[in-house]
Amino acid sequence: MIKKKAFSGGVHPHDGKELTNTKNIKIAPLMKEYAVSLSQHIGAPAKAIVKVGDTVLKGQKIAEANGFVSVPIHAPTSGTIISKNKKTSAGGRMEGGVDSVIGPTGALVPMLTISADGEDTPCNDLEPILSWQDCKPEDLKQRVLDAGIVGMGGAAFPTHVKLSPPPSQNIDTLVINASECEPYLSADHRQMLEDTKGIIEGILIIKSILGIQKVCIGIESNKPDAIKAMQEESRKHNIVVTALPTMYPQGSEKQLIYAITGRKVPMGKLPMETGCVVQNIGTAFAIYEAVVKGKPLYERITTITGSPIVNPSNWRLRVGTSLADALTLAEGVKNPDDIGKVILGGPMMGMAQFSLDVPIMKNTSGILLLNKQEVTLYTSGPCIRCGSCINVCPQSLMPSTMGVQIEKERFELAEETNIMNCIECGCCSYVCPSHRPLVQLFRRGKSEIQANNRKKKV
Amino acid sequence: MIAPLLFMAGIGLLLGITIALANIFFSVKTDPRIEEVEDMLPGANCGGCGFAGCNAFAKAVVLDAVEPQKCPVCSKEEAENIASHMGMSVEFDTPYVALVKCCGDNSDSPERALYNGVTDCSAALLVAGATKSCQHGCLGMATCARACPFNAIEIDEKRHIAIVHPELCVGCGKCVSVCPRNLIDMVPKSAPVHILCSSPEKAVLQKKACSKGCIGCRKCSKLDPESIKMDGFLAVMDYDNYSTNTEIIDVCPVHCIYPSLEEK
Amino acid sequence: MSEEKNILLPNPSKLVVSSSPHLHKGNDVQKIMIHVIIALIPACLVGIYVFGWSAAQVLIITIISCVLIEAISLKLIGKSQNALKDGTAVLTGMLLAMNLSASTPWWVCVIGALLAIVLAKQLFGGLGYNPFNPALVARVGLLIGFPTFLTSWAPTKSMLSSTHIDAVTCATPLYQIPLTLKNGTTEILSYTNMDLFLGNIPGSLGETSALALLIGGLYLIVMKIVCWRIPAFFIGGVAVIAGIHHMIEPKTTLTITQHLFSGGLFIGAFFMATDMVTSPETKKGAIIFALGCAIVTYSIRVWGAYPEGVSFAILFMNAFTPLIDRLAANKPFGHIVTEN
Repeated sequence: MIKKKAFSGGVHPHDGKELTNTKNIKIAPLMKEYAVSLSQHIGAPAKAIVKVGDTVLKGQKIAEANGFVSVPIHAPTSGTIISKNKKTSAGGRMEGGVDSVIGPTGALVPMLTISADGEDTPCNDLEPILSWQDCKPEDLKQRVLDAGIVGMGGAAFPTHVKLSPPPSQNIDTLVINASECEPYLSADHRQMLEDTKGIIEGILIIKSILGIQKVCIGIESNKPDAIKAMQEESRKHNIVVTALPTMYPQGSEKQLIYAITGRKVPMGKLPMETGCVVQNIGTAFAIYEAVVKGKPLYERITTITGSPIVNPSNWRLRVGTSLADALTLAEGVKNPDDIGKVILGGPMMGMAQFSLDVPIMKNTSGILLLNKQEVTLYTSGPCIRCGSCINVCPQSLMPSTMGVQIEKERFELAEETNIMNCIECGCCSYVCPSHRPLVQLFRRGKSEIQANNRKKKV
Repeated sequence: MIAPLLFMAGIGLLLGITIALANIFFSVKTDPRIEEVEDMLPGANCGGCGFAGCNAFAKAVVLDAVEPQKCPVCSKEEAENIASHMGMSVEFDTPYVALVKCCGDNSDSPERALYNGVTDCSAALLVAGATKSCQHGCLGMATCARACPFNAIEIDEKRHIAIVHPELCVGCGKCVSVCPRNLIDMVPKSAPVHILCSSPEKAVLQKKACSKGCIGCRKCSKLDPESIKMDGFLAVMDYDNYSTNTEIIDVCPVHCIYPSLEEK
Repeated sequence: MSEEKNILLPNPSKLVVSSSPHLHKGNDVQKIMIHVIIALIPACLVGIYVFGWSAAQVLIITIISCVLIEAISLKLIGKSQNALKDGTAVLTGMLLAMNLSASTPWWVCVIGALLAIVLAKQLFGGLGYNPFNPALVARVGLLIGFPTFLTSWAPTKSMLSSTHIDAVTCATPLYQIPLTLKNGTTEILSYTNMDLFLGNIPGSLGETSALALLIGGLYLIVMKIVCWRIPAFFIGGVAVIAGIHHMIEPKTTLTITQHLFSGGLFIGAFFMATDMVTSPETKKGAIIFALGCAIVTYSIRVWGAYPEGVSFAILFMNAFTPLIDRLAANKPFGHIVTEN
């Protein structure tokens, strides 16, 4: 069944998925070094429990959760912890015995670098739970936390927190996000075709943790083969697969819940207010591996793509693989001088990078390279009030007005114009004929408003 | 002809009386001195005094006996005038001036990549942490210059660095809080030498990031240990007891010590 | 791993960093303006065909003076001349010329360009900041300042050839009609509906041919440059009001077709009211704006001192645009639930 109208607004960017969506997932060979960031999730960075010089095994916990909204980090391979801060181009240093190196956001993040010993010796700390059906939800939830699982769609929110709704909240539906609306990315698409059984089992585990009956998988209609594969497998377990219209940002949590259940997440509230829990397809698979195979999260599917790449492909990469190593796997670029941007993530919400030392993280669904023609160096003009941004905003905001308010640094006005509801999907900047950097302005506005509100509380 | 004239005059009279009556019955009693003091204040409404504006400050001067020299914009004479009007005595603090503690322009600390976006330091920091090689240096995107009510901060268009004009700066301190890299400090106007670097990095990394960054060689602090203290790998001037020794300018191997602010 | 292959990696120092999104639709202000200019060309050609060489002269003089004045004012303000490239000056010039009679002397055209570019646009801060449509400000300014030039229309070529008179001025249908109606003549209109539709009538050089304007307007709507709401509700609104009024008083009012195809309704509805800068941004706002334009236009036409009210109506509603924008602002996704 195809839903006709999902949400108002949205855009149809060039999707570029044809580069990789027919290519099998390849398993990456062992690298020499892995730089594992301790801040791969939303919330407090994990606390290192190993130090420089220690030897670690594959899957060994190297950093522990630091608070409720935090997850442990595991070693992607066996080897020795080394210090790398002298090698970085700028800004690296030691803090509390842990390297601090520039992360994807440009800020310094604590990082443990593992020099691989080539043996890849596993550590079997986590016992496989084969008969998980007989387990208590609490134990399964503990396993999700122990395996360091976070939302793998992009936000990297700790999964065990999402699976622990307050008892007052009546949860009745599990929504599985497989829309993969970001252009160019095909990691989820390939995983649905190749790991179908594992994904479904992961979904069943989540279902038993939440103790609910209704499960919907939302897949964009531009992946008919994935829809078919999932439908065949899910039929046995009474799981509904919904084909959603191909429209960016279909995979945004609030828009997805609306498309599938018709419920609207109230302004400023969490999705669980609507009785829904949303999990990404990759997360479901990670949960399956954590529970059934006892494997912590140190690997993920990443699409390495873009027109300048010699061999765009999907890879099962270990967390901590540097961009340079990952690009080498894809056989490098056609012309090194013709690269405009290196983006971690998809083109609509990913982060542009200027260093190839940045490592893959638990939420890196793609590495996208754009050539110089595809990158428009824009100079932005004044708003001509054409209203395009308003028509495409999936959150029904007034981006043009908010943009002007932030530009004039009238943050309190922008707050009244509901800037805090912006999901930074980028539709407004995508259509703006004046090339206004609206998303950047909103990010600034949101951070200033949050800072002000914190100040007010104190 | 007469009738409309009378009519208009009547309306005028009626309205005049209404206003006069309103003034008598609805008037809010204020201390007339507040208005007088406000007239004597510069009227920039900069908020540098910590009050909401010149009117609020005038109220504070009159009602709460706040010292008029707390207005950072008033000249000495103006503050004295207000004080004598109010029958107060004045004791002057040392005048302060803003100091941008960074001297590495885009030739010293080049851009690591091409930045394409909003010309604002806080906004630029949200994109991969800004592109300047030095993680602690001035981005030169005028966030402080826009916050300055007196146009005392200039951005050198070619060098991408903020320069304070001490003759225009009144020391209101508005720029201090807006700098996302916390580079701006209020320092005594009389200090003759300044260390213009805020990067705590070690020499190895500092050299890579900026040719004018403090490398923590301690040459300046050896010459004047009383006022220059080392904070890790960064020499920091103690402005409560500032150095007057201009020799330190020449001993600095990276030339990040400057005699006055304009020569930067 | 194939080590022997020469694997190339990007050069980090040459990369561009910017905020997401990293893709763009590829549209820009210049492209929008070019589309609008293309859409105006049929009406211009009809104007030149109907009124002859003098119409082309007015067009050229107005466009050139608009561009020159824009360049000079940018220079005086100290802005980059790049702002000229967006093509808005050309468009303003074109729209202004289309609102003038083909017999307008050159110096009136230049004054009009001055009013449009300097008074209505640059004094407010340039493109994007002007509250009123520049071409309309100029037209209304000229109408008040030089009423004789703006209300005496060049005759069409066909009229000239039939009467063998070199220079006549004549009134537009909308001018003639109230007079004839008020004089109680039963002969309502000497022009057929087809004349009105094709544009074979006296009037401003660009406004006469409803057909050409309709083609241009539909082009804009199909190309998604303008939204269909403003033209549809503006024209539809006038049609409905005129229809009701005509039903009540058939003898003293014009028919719907006469109202729609005479005067500047089509050029106003498709090209002036849809000006992005001066019309509301939201869909709801556009409908309110267009209906307001329709009501004011009809009121001025029937009860006002001027026979034509489109320009005044649009300017009048331009003034309300900020207010409409505020009233018709979108409610954010999920807001209803919070009110409960």
